[in-house]
Amino acid sequence: MFNAQYILSNSSDILNKKRGLRKELVAQANLIEMKIAILSGSTIGEIKNILELFLLSYGIKPVFWVGDFNRYYEEAVFDNESLKNFKPDIIYVHTTNKNISNYPSPSDSLEDRNKKLYTEYNKFEQIWTCLRKKYNCSIIQNSFEPLAYRTMGNADCYMQNGKLRFINELNQKQSNYANCTTNFYINDINYIASYYGIEKWANMTEWYLYKYALDINAIPLLCHNIANIIKSIFGKNKKAMIMDLDNTLWGGVIGDDGVENIELGEESPAGRAFSDFQQYIKELSELGILLNVCSKNQKENAEMGFTHEASILKKEDFISYKVNWNNKHENIEEIAKEINLMMDSLVFIDDNPAERDMVKSHISQIEIPSLTVPEEYIKNIDQLGYFEITSLSQDDFKRKEFYTSNKEREHQKLNYKDYGEYLKSLQMTSMLGPFDYNNVERITQLINKTNQFNFTTIRYEQSDIEEIIDSKKYITIKADLKDKFGSNGTVTALIASIENNTATIELWVMSCRVFKRDLEFAVFDELVLQCIEKKISRIVGVYKLSSKNAMIKGLYGQLGFEKQKENTNETIWEYKVPAKYVEKNRAIGVNKNE
Amino acid sequence: MSKSEIMNEVTRIFKDVFDDDELVISESTSAENIEDWDSLGQINLLIAMEKKFTIKFDIREVTSIQNVGDMINLIERKIS
Repeated sequence: MFNAQYILSNSSDILNKKRGLRKELVAQANLIEMKIAILSGSTIGEIKNILELFLLSYGIKPVFWVGDFNRYYEEAVFDNESLKNFKPDIIYVHTTNKNISNYPSPSDSLEDRNKKLYTEYNKFEQIWTCLRKKYNCSIIQNSFEPLAYRTMGNADCYMQNGKLRFINELNQKQSNYANCTTNFYINDINYIASYYGIEKWANMTEWYLYKYALDINAIPLLCHNIANIIKSIFGKNKKAMIMDLDNTLWGGVIGDDGVENIELGEESPAGRAFSDFQQYIKELSELGILLNVCSKNQKENAEMGFTHEASILKKEDFISYKVNWNNKHENIEEIAKEINLMMDSLVFIDDNPAERDMVKSHISQIEIPSLTVPEEYIKNIDQLGYFEITSLSQDDFKRKEFYTSNKEREHQKLNYKDYGEYLKSLQMTSMLGPFDYNNVERITQLINKTNQFNFTTIRYEQSDIEEIIDSKKYITIKADLKDKFGSNGTVTALIASIENNTATIELWVMSCRVFKRDLEFAVFDELVLQCIEKKISRIVGVYKLSSKNAMIKGLYGQLGFEKQKENTNETIWEYKVPAKYVEKNRAIGVNKNE
Repeated sequence: MSKSEIMNEVTRIFKDVFDDDELVISESTSAENIEDWDSLGQINLLIAMEKKFTIKFDIREVTSIQNVGDMINLIERKIS
């Protein structure tokens, strides 16, 4: 399968082979369609085509609207019928340092120069304000990359009228805006250009001939970055890593060499490389990426590695441990089941190419970066953008805790013969209520990330959710779940639209962490009670088959719905709201907030 | 590399860029004869040629190109 890794490593070939690649990618099943408008500050041309390839590789089928050459300002600020009719989900503003019209001149007074900075920046802020107001969609804005020449030499970066300093300050202002604005993301070409090499990036021949603001060969890198932001917004980030141990997290074979002789820490160059790699993995785990171990080893030996004095990663940083001599793909299947994630949410990290191949041949959906040498491991993984962050909620920081307490629950389950008894023993409580502004971010994240308990797989942006909160035409329900092992944060969300006497469940998602805990009953109870109160007599539920949501196919039936229509991809269910309703939830103590 | 060898390589590149294995070109073929040969197609052709023959075109050379014959002559001159 062509994935981002393939496209990047064949980057010089893509421009020629893109048609063939495209054909293959478009043929995939279950693509999500998305409308992307590109505003141009320089030639877009190939950027659109290559961006399409990356998005397709992420399961997103883009429909594009491309603005006229260098008309980004006018098209954003003035009324734009055609863009309005297009109804973009995302607007990408492709501007570069070529679009800065007023650099300071060496003799400018501080006042002149600050005025220029203000004018340049305000032009952009005006663009964003207008776009946000008119289109209410996500905006992706390029930062500014450095120029390849420096009129004042090194002083360009610090003297008052240095151009580089000017660019850096513009970027600073942009970052401040992005940091406090939702649905606004920076595509950091300042970083990308440096990474690529500014001297190569600024290809002047292509600029003068074709008005490409960047070297054409850098287009795949640019587009990969944009696509990463988009896939992250729509919940397609990777969620967990499954890691090998020997020669992946430390140097050497612990079973042969003993814990005191593995390479880790300041003592050796390779040891330092492995330490830095562990630090990187640790940081990912702090962002909510779940870590797991899959290693061919004696269990005792492997665990000893984490007791090494230089080991930054500790045993508690990992959720699932599969240390044995079984085939890795079998272990991975078990880990996926244990942490309740789909294969396409997982990344497998192993230094051994034979193991990587073997796993890939059995599990095609899992991502497996090609590790080269320890000093490059961070780069090998980081450049693939698996974990692009577009939002961070408190739940992300606590995710590991949630999963760890889930393991304790599993353990407890073994003590009970009767599942109902087990549920009661968990002493669950749930805070249940309508959506509100305080947790829009988490709700949006939950909706877009959830694939298994998801009836319709409609994706929403934060702005959509805000609209729904403000509208009177919807019933919304969200709930968290606590038990004696800990809290699970907000784990379920339901949106039902009301028309006349019918409530239609447009969306219902639940985190896989809390499957089979009766929370679906508690949520449904609430929906029915609200319908009774609002004199709604019918609830309609739609089940749209996706590649991942087979587990809830019969749930509406279990809740007392009757089948209205059924075809291969969609089942429509109807529930007649009774005058007197007996609540179905028995296991959870529900508290309501309004 | 002889002129006909260059022509063969250039033909290969045209087929690749326009994704058409049946494509036949001659020295007089120009943007008017190939539907997809727009400015974007032109850039892709030139970039593929730069790569294939490890050469670099400058602005003036590119602006002088009118048809396939011009391309071949330019390449021949640059690799000799």
